[in-house]
Amino acid sequence: MKTWVASLVGLRRDRRALWVGYALVAFVLAVLPFAIDNSIGRTWVRVLDFALLYALLALGLNIVVGFAGLLDLGYVAFYAVGAYTWALLASPQLGLHLPFWVILPLGAGVAALFGVLLGAPTLRLRGDYLAIVTLGFGEIIRIFLNNLDHPVNITNGPIGINRIDPIQIAGIDLTRNHEFFGIAFSGAHFHYYVFLMLALASMFVCIRLEDSRIGRAWIAIREDEVAAQSMGINTRNVKLLAFAMGATFGGIAGGLFSSFQGFVSPESFILLESIMVLCMVVLGGMGHVSGVVLGALLLATLPEVLRHTASPVQQQLFGKVILDPESLRMLLFGLALILVMLLRPSGLWPSPTRRREFADTKEQR
Amino acid sequence: MDIFLQQVLNGLVLGSVYALVALGYTMVYGILGLINFAHGEVVMIGAMVALTVMNAMAGMGTALPPQIVLAAAVVTAIGVCMALSFSIERVAYRPLRRAPRLAPLITAIGVSILLQNLAMLIWGRQYHTFPRIVSATPHNIGGASITDLQIIIIAVCAAIMTGLLLLVHYTRLGRAMRATAENPTVAGLMGVNINRIISATFVIGAAMGAVAGVLVAANYSIAHYSMGFTLGLKAFTAAVLGGIGNLGGAMLGGLLLGLIESIGAGYVGDLTGGFLGSHYQDVFAFLVLVLVLVLRPTGLLGERVAERA
Repeated sequence: MKTWVASLVGLRRDRRALWVGYALVAFVLAVLPFAIDNSIGRTWVRVLDFALLYALLALGLNIVVGFAGLLDLGYVAFYAVGAYTWALLASPQLGLHLPFWVILPLGAGVAALFGVLLGAPTLRLRGDYLAIVTLGFGEIIRIFLNNLDHPVNITNGPIGINRIDPIQIAGIDLTRNHEFFGIAFSGAHFHYYVFLMLALASMFVCIRLEDSRIGRAWIAIREDEVAAQSMGINTRNVKLLAFAMGATFGGIAGGLFSSFQGFVSPESFILLESIMVLCMVVLGGMGHVSGVVLGALLLATLPEVLRHTASPVQQQLFGKVILDPESLRMLLFGLALILVMLLRPSGLWPSPTRRREFADTKEQR
Repeated sequence: MDIFLQQVLNGLVLGSVYALVALGYTMVYGILGLINFAHGEVVMIGAMVALTVMNAMAGMGTALPPQIVLAAAVVTAIGVCMALSFSIERVAYRPLRRAPRLAPLITAIGVSILLQNLAMLIWGRQYHTFPRIVSATPHNIGGASITDLQIIIIAVCAAIMTGLLLLVHYTRLGRAMRATAENPTVAGLMGVNINRIISATFVIGAAMGAVAGVLVAANYSIAHYSMGFTLGLKAFTAAVLGGIGNLGGAMLGGLLLGLIESIGAGYVGDLTGGFLGSHYQDVFAFLVLVLVLVLRPTGLLGERVAERA
């Protein structure tokens, strides 16, 4: 075991071996959807697509919660803003059909604007007061989406917006089946690659951000706001930047979500969704980019796995389905959250610095 | 005129229940600095247990006087909720008392999801009609109507809150609770058994939550496995509105939130010329919350600045 680890560490120093490793990972990621499609079915490729979207969301929230230490319980509001921006600009609802490359930055921009708008009044608040105000904002946005169908019909109310245009890149409609080099790609496959690219790009941005001047300012604010301020950090601007940056990620994810689904409704943006993304961040390891992505992938796929196994396992064990599989899976999900936190309070994969801090923290609340 | 009075009465009924639940949040927050997300679920379990007891006693055949049925149901609900809350604290919160701040928050969310789905497995997805025990004949007060049940709700809430204030301010246990909220370490050095005090806080909050659950279910004559979540959210909002960690603040915040909701919902249509309907009831509650916190970040009665955050 030890020699194996040692050889791995040795490999990391070796440039050429590193590139081989990257190539291997890239190859696995590239063939993954086909392997899944052929072994356990296309549903799971879609599950994977959603998991990647959640990874995007979790990365965005990680900037706000993990880096800057601002507890945001209404993050789903930005997801909703992005999704509805996309839905309004590319569907028969308003008769607009703008192209992908126009809506993507526009959606991100609108979400960022909302991030600043919601962030500005809450700058003075700390800790749990901030949490409850952001929660309130999230609910307000959802209620407005739910009711803005009269007197002027903008969002189509609880029914939601239908027939949203699919993503079109270089003339390829991502929801259709295509064939390249004799390989058949389905919509789920295309979305996988697009989402994967975006998730990898976001991870890269986050890692670079963390070590940048701004990232260090965020972390300084997280650790001690007063000290950060006295070291010359403009806490107001830097906090607003965290909100805007996090919101941008949410907005992009929201836009992709609405075009991937083809429809949006306020149902998708309930408080539980915000809580879910927060759980991904904390469970994975707050402030650690890879940990957060791991948390997102796990929490997005786990309920699906439970959904598909809850009935058959009962069938096998007792000969019939005794417990409602839907509530059973959420029950197990809740249990998993509790257990992981009890056993690893700093997350599944905390960043090395945080782990050290946690090891010598004696009195922290 | 009478519409206004009616909305005020409705708001008072709603608000006193919010206040009762909010106390459970604020007491725990005052001592542990933890948003106990599971509290709303404890309230729901209280209503469900009371419902089960009532149905079971009605099914026994012998016609017991309704007072006894109600008393048995409430007592059972209180007992179950106290035991539940005690074990939640033991299992999910106590091991994490020194962990990073967000860890217990996540376990609280986990417990909430767990309890809600457990309730769904036990009691099913359907809405249960809560038996009507108190007569629903409305009394007329100056053009507005109020039922016996609503009078009872206000009276019970007022009595419990007075009792709590007396407990906290004039008993040994209450003094220990205040000391622990002030500074747990020093309180421990002074000979207060902190663990016992924290358990007591959870248990007292749960008992009040159980009563609140029965009252809410009786008021709407409906009980449902998901009734706890929104109620808990509103109650927590009320606690923050009043200044979290402050008992008087929770009561004030609860009443205010109830009044704002019912009056806001009653008048928002007229005020905006029909542009916004009564669906915006919740927006009102949250808007007021945001405004209050932006102008006065510690809540209405909060004196302790949130410096520990």
